Amino acid sequence: MASAHSITAEVKPAILDEVNPVDIPRPALVGHNRSFNWITEKICGIVEEKTPTWWWVCFVLACGSASFTVMGLVYLVATGTGVWGLANPANWGWAIVNFVFWIGIGHAGTLISAILCLLRQKWRTSINRAAEAMTIFAVVCAGIFPVFHVGRVWMAWFLFPIPNANAIWPNFRSALLWDVFAVSTYGTVSVLFWYVGLIPDLASVRDRAKNKIRQFLYGIFAMGWRGSNRQWSNYEMCYLILAGLSTPLVLSVHTIVSFDFAISLLPGWHTTIFPPYFVAGAIFSGFGMVLTLMLPLRAIYRLEDLITQYHIDCMTKIILATGTMVGYAYTMEFFIAAYGANDFEIFAFVNRAFGNFAWAYWIMISCNVISPQLFWFKKVRQNTAMVWVITIFVNIGMWFERFVIAVTTLTRDFVPSSWGYFSPTIIDIFTYVGTFGVFSVLFLLFLRFLPLMAIAEIKAVTPQADPHKH
Amino acid sequence: MAKQHGLIAKFDTPAGIMHAAEKVRDAGFKKWDVIAPFPLHGLDTAMGIKRSPVGRFTIVGGTIGLVSGMLMIWFTSASDLSLPYMEGYQLIVGGKPLFSPQYAFPVAYEMTILFSAFASIGGMFILNKLPMHYHPVLKYKDVAASSDDTFFLYIENEDPQFDEDKTRAFLGELEPLEVGELEE
Repeated sequence: MASAHSITAEVKPAILDEVNPVDIPRPALVGHNRSFNWITEKICGIVEEKTPTWWWVCFVLACGSASFTVMGLVYLVATGTGVWGLANPANWGWAIVNFVFWIGIGHAGTLISAILCLLRQKWRTSINRAAEAMTIFAVVCAGIFPVFHVGRVWMAWFLFPIPNANAIWPNFRSALLWDVFAVSTYGTVSVLFWYVGLIPDLASVRDRAKNKIRQFLYGIFAMGWRGSNRQWSNYEMCYLILAGLSTPLVLSVHTIVSFDFAISLLPGWHTTIFPPYFVAGAIFSGFGMVLTLMLPLRAIYRLEDLITQYHIDCMTKIILATGTMVGYAYTMEFFIAAYGANDFEIFAFVNRAFGNFAWAYWIMISCNVISPQLFWFKKVRQNTAMVWVITIFVNIGMWFERFVIAVTTLTRDFVPSSWGYFSPTIIDIFTYVGTFGVFSVLFLLFLRFLPLMAIAEIKAVTPQADPHKH
Repeated sequence: MAKQHGLIAKFDTPAGIMHAAEKVRDAGFKKWDVIAPFPLHGLDTAMGIKRSPVGRFTIVGGTIGLVSGMLMIWFTSASDLSLPYMEGYQLIVGGKPLFSPQYAFPVAYEMTILFSAFASIGGMFILNKLPMHYHPVLKYKDVAASSDDTFFLYIENEDPQFDEDKTRAFLGELEPLEVGELEE
């Protein structure tokens, strides 16, 4: 009895008299306690230095690759959309797959800049600029596919409600038209958000400019920003509001993209889980791409003090979380199909996993669900090369996810007589591979001419920026 | 010598500029400002700046976006109104009602966000009087450092309390690195 008594005495009361939060030091967001000046020099230095040789090599390769897209599209316009592997029953092939893939990539940029801003995740500051640039360039690549998929691309303006001589208006009940508005709004607001973030940093580059032309050009875009605190006050409010607007925007964009599928009546597409599942997938793939881009940059420009291990940890954990959510969604689709007891729905899912596109399905599962599980281990998260390889798997897996969704359903619809198999043509492949070139060209130009990190924002999260610290 | 615009003091720490701003605010100056390379947390209070009214522009923009989005869809697909250069057309799709807010919502929602974003940025530019490519502060000798790691505080000579000697002495008491003159 005596020992039992002593145990109860050790148990702490449910409500403590006073709370002493353990003083856990927050991880430093800028390594080696770097000064404000070091941050300015480091980031502006990248824009100001002589163009490095590797940049020219990459730029030439990227231009060469981008020309594939250009040639592919020229051939398509001259011949017809049949040059893509679109034939009954799969009239949506790689075009929609690539569109959703690139739009999804873009979503991490907005997530980092908007949602993490609202959640006061300070680690966003060193990656948000590049991630937003990635968003804009990804939207550019995404836009190519639906615009050319309309066939007569010179009639693409009919997608917008522009008064015309035939008095034809678009059908606003179509999810595809919602897409037009969602994606164009998304592109526009992303550019605005990015530009607003750039203004103070453009002023930094302007103030440091050594020659008149540079000073003039950066000056024009810096809008005469002078860092006055009365301006900062309005600026901060505007930035916060834009973050607040971009958050529902980014969630709505991929929701509407998923409506392209979900509001149809095809088994495998007609499911209510699509919007959240697409959004989780988009964030997953986007973070994958952010790391794919930022890890090499970190090594090339020696940015280890700005993108620390803590940043990589945060991003890999988000990949792990969203990858698991995506895995949950894949499982839930099967459960709902079984539980719904609809023969067509059950067939669609069994066919996905074991039908003639099973290879694509299992690539998707291994890349999206299994490979990110390695991020549970600290050793893996700290191994930059391994992180980079896994993010490549994530990118591949997410492309296959869209491929599986689009193609398995279309090639096995209600009528067995119309069943078929989908194969891309060489033009499909060239056009798609070329979009990576388009993306790289834009991203390399961004690296060369604009500060790749938000200088002012990084300074604001350093310990020495705290005026109460003496 | 060029016309004087005011007096400017230079500081090198956030704490220094913060305490200086509090003193200038308490001394009752009206036409003065702080130049900082990044937004300092708490400086708005130290300067006595009220909450920014950018949000008012946002709500106006958002309302215009939502209403115009809904009206556009109603006009183009549910009305037979005739406007200059365009006419409405009652488009029947799947035998459903000509208009319902549900199907118009996604597009109207996107337009709400689009117009809100433009209004917020437009509002911020209007309130900050941007673009303004000429300002006396931008001409000060080492103000370029203000976009790097230095903080400045200036008081305009338009301020009712401004007095060349007294204000200079007052700024000197704030422990700046140096006090200089701003030219118009």
